[in-house]
Amino acid sequence: MTATFLILAALAVVGTAAAMGLRNAIHCVLALTVGFAALAALYLQLGAQFVGFTQIMVYVGAVAILAVFAIMMTHHPGLIEAPFSRNWLWGVVIAAAVFATLARAIRLALPAGSVLRTPAEPSANVTQIGDALMHRYVLPLEIIGLLLTAALIGAVIIAMDPKDSASREEEKRS
Amino acid sequence: MSSLESYLLLSTLLFSIGLAGALTRRNAILVLIGIELMLNAANLNFIAFWRFAPHPANQHDALTGVMFAIFSIAVAAAEAAVGLAIILAAYRHTRTTDLDRMNSLKG
Repeated sequence: MTATFLILAALAVVGTAAAMGLRNAIHCVLALTVGFAALAALYLQLGAQFVGFTQIMVYVGAVAILAVFAIMMTHHPGLIEAPFSRNWLWGVVIAAAVFATLARAIRLALPAGSVLRTPAEPSANVTQIGDALMHRYVLPLEIIGLLLTAALIGAVIIAMDPKDSASREEEKRS
Repeated sequence: MSSLESYLLLSTLLFSIGLAGALTRRNAILVLIGIELMLNAANLNFIAFWRFAPHPANQHDALTGVMFAIFSIAVAAAEAAVGLAIILAAYRHTRTTDLDRMNSLKG
């Protein structure tokens, strides 16, 4: 464990915990970007450059912005409500129980005495990834392209206001 | 504590934070963000196992962990877009994103 890992891990945990704990939803998303950026830095530290930059582009650049837009479009300025559910204690207890179970499983699977030899850093530069995507993983790549297209069209159709488009049709006809 | 163990514990902690948020928040958008956090914790596990597991003998299998993480990020992005669109459509019907008040399937 290096100091870099400790700093990035602390940043990720603080950012995500603030994203789930703050009262103002916009502040939550801003804290979330900090957590996502720290995660991207952790990927870079692990030697997965492409995944790290993809994380920054997709999560910090797209998902967080999308969430900010969604929060602003559904915002009631006059309405201040409790941000947490009434039985929030149960949720925290369940999450703590899940953490304890998983941490215990990790501890049992990797006993403290066992010395795990860290292998040499595997190479994954962009050339190799592009080569693999175009040869070995070309079918999954095509399927994920189809899935993203379908999700894009579906999201636009779901989010489109049916009354708004109907009134526009009326205007065109008249 | 080995490096793999510390990364796994960090990812477990992130998963639990996301789970706690998804279970306790009342705003539907923040619940979706909690689910995204859980997916991110899984991605961190993929990359950590790819980095610290013994290298496969076959050269073609060396990139499997990275590929899994890339496809997982793509699926998570599609899920976020469709989820936020569904929340917007539900908001248009009920005029709220409060999950405690969204208790009817009838529009």
